[in-house]
Amino acid sequence: MEGLLALTSGVLYAAGIYLMLRRRLAQLIIGLGLLSNGTNLLIFTAGGLTRARPPVLPDGAPALVEPYADPVPQALVLTAIVIGFGLTAFSLVLAHRVHATVGTDDVDDVGREG
Amino acid sequence: MRILVLPILVPLSTAAVLMLAPRRPAPQRWISLIGSVLLLASALLVFLRVDATGIQVLQISAWPAPFGITLVADLLAAALVVAVGVVGTATSGVAFSGVDPRREAFGYHPLLQILLMGVAGAFLTGDLFNLYVWFEVMLVASFVLMALNRTRAQMEAAFKYVTINLLASSIFLTALGLLYGATGTLNMADLARVWPTISTPGVDILLAVLFLIAFSIKAGLFPLFFWLPASYHTPPPAIGAAFAGLLTKVGVYALIRVFTLLFHSMSPALFGLLLAMSAATMVIGLVAALNERDFRRMLSFNLVGHIGYTTASLSLLTPGALAGAIFYVLHHIVVITNLYLVSGVLLRLRRTTEMTRLGGIYRDRPLFSALAMVPVFSLAGVPPLSGFLGKLAILEGTFDAGAYWVGGLVLVVGLLTLLAMGRTWADSFWRPAETPDFAPPGAPYLVAIASLSLLTVAMTIAAEPLFDLTTRSAQQLLHRDEYVSAVLGATP
Repeated sequence: MEGLLALTSGVLYAAGIYLMLRRRLAQLIIGLGLLSNGTNLLIFTAGGLTRARPPVLPDGAPALVEPYADPVPQALVLTAIVIGFGLTAFSLVLAHRVHATVGTDDVDDVGREG
Repeated sequence: MRILVLPILVPLSTAAVLMLAPRRPAPQRWISLIGSVLLLASALLVFLRVDATGIQVLQISAWPAPFGITLVADLLAAALVVAVGVVGTATSGVAFSGVDPRREAFGYHPLLQILLMGVAGAFLTGDLFNLYVWFEVMLVASFVLMALNRTRAQMEAAFKYVTINLLASSIFLTALGLLYGATGTLNMADLARVWPTISTPGVDILLAVLFLIAFSIKAGLFPLFFWLPASYHTPPPAIGAAFAGLLTKVGVYALIRVFTLLFHSMSPALFGLLLAMSAATMVIGLVAALNERDFRRMLSFNLVGHIGYTTASLSLLTPGALAGAIFYVLHHIVVITNLYLVSGVLLRLRRTTEMTRLGGIYRDRPLFSALAMVPVFSLAGVPPLSGFLGKLAILEGTFDAGAYWVGGLVLVVGLLTLLAMGRTWADSFWRPAETPDFAPPGAPYLVAIASLSLLTVAMTIAAEPLFDLTTRSAQQLLHRDEYVSAVLGATP
């Protein structure tokens, strides 16, 4: 399972960086989104995967018994998802404004003196 | 210590009040200024407490470290938070001389306060993931401040800025994920304890390089600085001043923190890499600054070049060099903020910062020129101003560490800075020109520039206590046990 998730995360990174190197703003934003999701998956995987053992104390038990899933990576990923969502929304608005101002979504044309 | 939360809480409350207050300029400006002054006061309170009784720690919601989020203020963090208050007060103050009405209506003042909160939070946090969150708070505020306009140049700059910073954040987050996987903690003090026990070979160097890349993008180190001169000259001067004074310093602070706390025993190659990057940053930044004909773009390259000073000293990791680096950071925050404000006055006077179209200012505006002289020549490193003292401290540090070529480079780059700033002074202020002024400098700008110039002079006169402070701060950074036991308690 770790191998599969690591591979998926790697593919997301590669696709994200490839898209960020393209000239169109829309692709750049999709690239940023893929990159942030690849990172989330990486945090989740690197934190260690434990299946079907939630870190919940059963009734009457004094303490959790190993192995149980680590809740911290999930909290980290949740935070990162929220931040990533906000930033993607902002980038979309910015791209829209760039398009409205400059009239193109080609990164090279944005920099050209109009 | 509950007061530790004040430098975060005050700007947050100010931003909330600003959003509820009437959107007219007068109340917004006054609330913003009062908020910034309160921030400065609370930062001074924290600093005095840290100075008197040592490292202060606050476990948020009483969660014991390393399980909850910890706020920590050592001397370095406390001094930098004071600098945040100073820069915040200066930038809120100059808003009285007028802000673009559209920006002001769309939340210029609350965003500035959120930016200050993000920077203060980044300096005070004792948790690496929390540092990431503060980075994002600061970035989002800076994104909106930068993009709150519709000129082509600003759109271009904003997009470059946003993209590279999001990439840096992704790299930082990647490093955090892997670090948590390797150590099971993200509390900095706990990490300092656990770090040497990472057993898998190669993981530590991978993590170190990921952190180095992420923070170097933020700090603006070669070869990752090109976004900075491409964007910092486009927002209004007051915003440029806050960005230049604070944002790159957060990157430098993060580098200082991880290098002193975690990577201190790593292979010399890592420090060599940081040193090489810093050396290239210094030389390329200042050569580019010499080549620049626009006052604000010249400042951007100067900013980048001088970041190299501090990180080069950091890479030596000796108390002397580190003390010099901290001194230089504090001096540089005040001076570069002031210079961006000077560029704001130039923009008001002539509606341009192209040096070919400036000139004659020394004759027409002697008072403003006299005030502007302090930061210009302090950055240039003319004795006895604080820039000279900072460079001297770094130079002593490098020589004591036996890194003579670094010291030599510091001298050469100092000469380049002198040339760049001297030529800037001659072209913008001294050169006779018959250009009429469009608008007067405005009293708020003059007051802000005068206050920051006075602060530079004060830092020059009080150089000995200040240097004593940075020396103690460097020792605190290098004696990690004090930090670790302050956060984790006596029985870690």
